[in-house]
Amino acid sequence: MILLRIVLKSAWHRRTSLLLTILSIAISVSLLLGVDKIRKEAKNSFINTISKTDLIVGARSGPTNLLLYSVFHIGNATNNVSWESYEDIASSEEVAWSVPISLGDSHRSFRVMGTNTDYFTYYQYGQGQTLNFAQGQAFTDVYDAVIGADVAQALDYQLGSEIIIAHGLVSTDFAAHDDKPFSLTGILAKTGTPVDRTVLISLEGIEAIHVDWQGGARSGIELTAEQALKMDLQPKAITAFMIGLTNRINTFRLQRTITEYEEEPLMAIIPGATLAELWQTIAVFEQVLLVISGFVLIAGLLGMLTMLLSTLNERRREMAVLRAVGAHPYHILLLFVLETVFIVFIGYLLGMGILYLLLALTQSLLVESYGVNIAITPPDAQQWILFAAILLLSVLVSLVPGLIAYRRSLQDGLAIKV
Amino acid sequence: MSARVIHLQDVRFRWPGQEVDLLHIPDLVVNKGEHLFIQGPSGSGKTTLLNLLTGINLANSGSVTMLDTPLESLSSTRRDQFRADHLGVIFQQFNLLPYLSLMENVQLPCGFSARKRNNAGDMRATAMRLLSHLSIPETLFNQSVSKLSVGQQQRTAVARALIGNPEIVIADEPTSALDSANRNRFMELLFQETEEQGSTLVFVSHDQQIAEQFSHVVDLNQINQSQFNQPQFNQMGYELS
Repeated sequence: MILLRIVLKSAWHRRTSLLLTILSIAISVSLLLGVDKIRKEAKNSFINTISKTDLIVGARSGPTNLLLYSVFHIGNATNNVSWESYEDIASSEEVAWSVPISLGDSHRSFRVMGTNTDYFTYYQYGQGQTLNFAQGQAFTDVYDAVIGADVAQALDYQLGSEIIIAHGLVSTDFAAHDDKPFSLTGILAKTGTPVDRTVLISLEGIEAIHVDWQGGARSGIELTAEQALKMDLQPKAITAFMIGLTNRINTFRLQRTITEYEEEPLMAIIPGATLAELWQTIAVFEQVLLVISGFVLIAGLLGMLTMLLSTLNERRREMAVLRAVGAHPYHILLLFVLETVFIVFIGYLLGMGILYLLLALTQSLLVESYGVNIAITPPDAQQWILFAAILLLSVLVSLVPGLIAYRRSLQDGLAIKV
Repeated sequence: MSARVIHLQDVRFRWPGQEVDLLHIPDLVVNKGEHLFIQGPSGSGKTTLLNLLTGINLANSGSVTMLDTPLESLSSTRRDQFRADHLGVIFQQFNLLPYLSLMENVQLPCGFSARKRNNAGDMRATAMRLLSHLSIPETLFNQSVSKLSVGQQQRTAVARALIGNPEIVIADEPTSALDSANRNRFMELLFQETEEQGSTLVFVSHDQQIAEQFSHVVDLNQINQSQFNQPQFNQMGYELS
C-alpha cells in the first residue's frame, strides 16, 4: 500500500516527462488498434460485398477476373454468355433464383448495369442486407433508371432527372446514346458496395439503346426511342449472372456442370471463396501496416525505457532513503515495475479513448464519403490479449531499470552517492 | 533485555575479491541510552561500519548483535524488517523524499513497520508533536520539502528517525551541511529528543567539536584492527580513496 502511494506521489512529482511518455504510448496504441480495426472492417466490408449468392456465372476466364467485373465492376468481360445458355442453366432444378447482368456502358464515368428487377430482391450484401430505396422505386419502363447513392450525390440527381448513357466506358459525344434518354425513377440507399457507384437499367433498356448500333458504332439506320420500343428487345447475350440455389449442398455439383457446359465455354465461381482468395493477395499490405504500427509501439516502449533509465541516477537518493526506513531491494524493484505498469496501463486506456473518440467523430463522415461503416464495438478478445501482452512486455521493460536499481541499492546500502 | 544494545565481537568485513579486511573490530559495546560518538576521517571504514550496524551488509566473520539479536542469524528480508522496526537513520543530507510533504516524510517509516506504527499511536499527532519539538514552524508541515532550509531538513530527518520509538538512532555526519549555529541547535534537539524517548544514539562524524558533547567517544582508527588503511595502497598500487 505504502509502495503504491510512493509510486503515485513520485510519478506526480515527475509528471511532465511521465505525461509525455504516457502520450507517446497512447498514440502508438491508438495507431496499432486503429490499424487493426480498419484492417478488420475493411476485410469485412470487402468480404461482405456480396452475400447469399451461391454462384456467379460468366464466360470462361479467371475466377478473380469474373469476380472483379461482375461484382466490383472493375475490368471487362472477355466474352458474353448467350441468353440460351442463361435460360438453360437458370431453369435447372437446383437453381432457386437467378439474376442476369449486362455491363459495358457508362454514364459520366459511372458504370451502367443492365439487369431485371429481381436484382433488387436477390442481391444481398453484408450480413444478408438487401438493397433499399432512399427515394423512388425500381425501374418499370424500358427507359427508366435507378442510381446508387454515390452517383446521386456526385451528380446531384433528383428523381425525374434525365440520364444520357454513353457507349463503352469512355464518355465522348460521338458515342452517346443521346437519342434515347433515361429517366430517373429511384435512388438507392448507401450500401458501401460498388452498387453505390452504379447506374441500373433494365436489360431491355440496354437492348433498346443498342438496337441501331452495330459493332460499337451507329449503323446506318437510326431509330427513335419510340421506334426502338417496337423492336424485339429480348437480349441475345448477357455479361454474367448470379445464382441462388435451393440447397447449397449442390453448389459444387452445379459448378462442375457449368464448367463442363458443352454449348459454350462458361465458368462458375463461389463468390465467398474467390473473395477470400482475392483478399489474400491484398492482405500483404495490411500485414505490413500492422507490423509498422507494432514497431511504433515498440518505439514508444523504448522511449519509456529511456525515460526510466535517465531518472535512475537522480533517484539514487530516493532509493537510499527508502532503504534506510526499511525497504527491501525488492521493494525498489517493485517501485519500477509498478510505475511502468501504471504508465502503460494509463497509456493504453488513453490510446483506446483517443481511438474511440476519433471513430465516433469520423464515423458518419466515413459512411457518407467512403461507404465504409466502421462499427464502434467494445474491444474484442484479440485486443484484450494484446492489452495483456503489452502490460507483460512493460513489466519486462521495467525489469531493466528495476534490476539496475536493485543491484545498486544492494551495493550502495545507505550511502548516498550523488 | 540486557543493557547491551549493540555488541560487536571480532567483526571482520571485506568486499568479495579483496585480500585484506576493510574492517576488523575485536570488540565494541554500546549500552542502552548511551550516546556513542564514532570519529574517523573519510576512508576509515565509517560507511562500512554503518552498513554492518544497519544490517545492509553482513560481516564475513564475527558477530554483530543488536538488541540481543545476532544480525547474521537473520535473512536479508528479516534484517530489512529489523532495521525498519528498531532503527532510525539520519543521513548527511538529502534525507527527505522531494515528492512527499513534511508530514508524509516523517510518517514514512510507519509505512514499512507495524511496530513503529503501533508505537506511534496517532501517527499524525505524533509526527506533528515531533516536528514542533524540533522547532519546525507549523505552517510548513504540509508543505513541500523544497520549502525548507538545510537546517530544517536535517531536523525533519530527526523527527523521521525518532517516530515510532526505535531503540537505536544512527546518524551519519548529520551536521556536515550545517553552519555552527544550526549545528549546535541540531545537536541540542537531537540529544533532548533521544533522551526523552530513551533511544540509544550512534553518531558518526569527523567533527572534533561535536565529540566533546558525547560521554562515549570511539576513534574508528584505533578500534579498527584492519591492516587495510595503514599502507594507503592496494595491491595494484593505486591509492584508495
